[in-house]
Amino acid sequence: MTELSKTGAALGEPTGTSPAPTSFLEVRDLKVHFPTDDGLVKSVDGLSFQLEKGKTLGIVGESGSGKSVTSLGIMGLHTAGQYGKRKAQISGEIWLNGTELLSADPDHVRKLRGRDMAMIFQDPLSALHPYYTIGHQIVEAYRIHHKVDKKTAKRRAVEMLDRVGIPQPDKRVDSYPHEFSGGMRQRAMIAMSLVNNPELLIADEPTTALDVTVQAQILDLIRDLQKEFGSAVIIITHDLGVVAELADDILVMYGGRCVERGPAEKVFYEPRHPYTWGLLGSMPRLDREQQERLIPVKGSPPSLINVPSGCAFNPRCPYADVPKDNVTRTVRPELSEVGSRHWAACHMTQEQRERIWTEEIAPKL
Amino acid sequence: MLAYLIRRLFAAAVMLVVIILVVFGIFFLVPKWAGVDIASSFVGKQADPAAVEAVRQKLGLSDPIYAQVWEFFKGIFAGRTYAAGGDVTHCSAPCFGYSFRSEQAIWPVLTDRFPVTLGLALGAAVLWLIFGIAAGVLSALKRGSIWDRGAMVVALSGVSLPIYFTGLLSLSVFVFGLGWFDGQYTPLEESFTGWFGGMILPWITLAFLYAAMYARITRATMLEILGEDYIRTARAKGLKEQTVIGKHAMRSTMTPILTMLGMDLGALIGGAILTETTFNLPGLGQAVLNAIKNQDLPVILGVTLITSLAVLIANLVVDVLYAVIDPRVRLA
Repeated sequence: MTELSKTGAALGEPTGTSPAPTSFLEVRDLKVHFPTDDGLVKSVDGLSFQLEKGKTLGIVGESGSGKSVTSLGIMGLHTAGQYGKRKAQISGEIWLNGTELLSADPDHVRKLRGRDMAMIFQDPLSALHPYYTIGHQIVEAYRIHHKVDKKTAKRRAVEMLDRVGIPQPDKRVDSYPHEFSGGMRQRAMIAMSLVNNPELLIADEPTTALDVTVQAQILDLIRDLQKEFGSAVIIITHDLGVVAELADDILVMYGGRCVERGPAEKVFYEPRHPYTWGLLGSMPRLDREQQERLIPVKGSPPSLINVPSGCAFNPRCPYADVPKDNVTRTVRPELSEVGSRHWAACHMTQEQRERIWTEEIAPKL
Repeated sequence: MLAYLIRRLFAAAVMLVVIILVVFGIFFLVPKWAGVDIASSFVGKQADPAAVEAVRQKLGLSDPIYAQVWEFFKGIFAGRTYAAGGDVTHCSAPCFGYSFRSEQAIWPVLTDRFPVTLGLALGAAVLWLIFGIAAGVLSALKRGSIWDRGAMVVALSGVSLPIYFTGLLSLSVFVFGLGWFDGQYTPLEESFTGWFGGMILPWITLAFLYAAMYARITRATMLEILGEDYIRTARAKGLKEQTVIGKHAMRSTMTPILTMLGMDLGALIGGAILTETTFNLPGLGQAVLNAIKNQDLPVILGVTLITSLAVLIANLVVDVLYAVIDPRVRLA
């Protein structure tokens, strides 16, 4: 896989002939592959998207679809912790604010981490260090990027805890993570991520480990903070309800690739990929009077080592035989425009998909 | 934190009482039930009947058991007097027993030898902590490399080779062969350099064994910790790699190492018999070995008590350090 290894290009210069980015965050043909004894795991295999400041992108998919690896790749953390193992291979381009991250000096990317791009993790209990106080961890995050004394940094930590809605922040700043409830811990985690006003915030399943009652509060908090700071937000989830609440754009991932991408209302109301139909069909809805049983997506997610040939979704797709000549099993479909800023990767014709959606799928939802 | 400390101290005090009772049981009750004459085993097999009878009276072996326990207990904290007719022997506190054969209290014998063993154990501990932890961390960070494999092979041999092999080997090379050291023990009060020179080989020999174990546990723990989510968080903050490892990962790695250190130090202070014998160090281990050879029961009793005490104190210290490192422990 030598074609995947990056050569160290100069900082911020476009590699090869690719045009300069027009968006705040631009990911182009991102591939993250992990060599293992069983073969090459293609966790992310050619992903592209753009995101503007102040906007939210929801990345949706099953476990193992490559959502989290994508976010780690953007943060430059895909190889972190792989001591002595064969390193993950990454290729493509990630442009953040005009800087290409994959060819940039790793120490430069480290300095961007936490300052220009920050991350909220799924389980705040395991993502916070159990031996340090909340305050210590926030102060540390602040002082990496700001040359201030501890007192100033602690004031900033208290201010952030107050901002994310933690009561008595001047007292709680000296508490340890185990002394917080799950929701409070996630608030503290958010406070830590936002302490440096990052322009890009990646939230990796921020509500999955929380009580349902707390989930909505945390999502509201993320939305409010985004308005306040004007950051770009990527929210990664398997829960369509979460993205419905927050996202401007939705990107549906399957088998390490994007199968559908578009504005949220388009993806929800005019989805053009059978996998998106499956996700919508398996989502419980309370806003409909009468709903038939949930329709699960049959089968299990594809192996990322032996991705099915042709369309990765074909073994689970009820419409795999609609296109002629067995094309779904031999040719990998590329994203094609199905509407304004709306793309889907499916071999069926537009008309076929529109008909199936309006006649067969939509009435059942 | 203070409440935790008080709880720990209280628990240690209770343990102390239990230990004393158990030691009493082992040395006085079990032989009694087994039908062994305690008095004669305290004096020695060849003693004349009159001497045995005197010891029986002095130890109060005919008294009820609660009275015996009380005397034993009192002796440790307040000292006791052994009396048989006009023959009165005083054993001042802490009375860890009295050797009727050599006609001396055990405690001074132990305190003479204790510094030797303590110096051996602490010196070796410093060495094995430095080298064991460093080797373990490096192995973890370079997992699968030549360095890792090499270090783990050395560690395996360190664990497998007995002290009397590595000790004798180092003696024959550095003392008898190269003549770098004279192989004699010099007390610390006499000469620091002499003491230091005499301790280098025992330290290295003992540390080699333990460093190997510590390297292995450090490597395993470090690898586990490096996979933790909070290490990823530390990186996501933009921390430098050396801070991620040296601060965030190291702090968590210290916990199992400390636990092991408490046990090991306690056990070693009770007597590093093999090392002391190999290098002819006049420590507790050698004392207990001689006592076993001579069937000098009071000395064995004294060493048993002091060993238990050492383990108790070492564990108390570790418990406190543990709470300093891990805030969650303070709640437990």
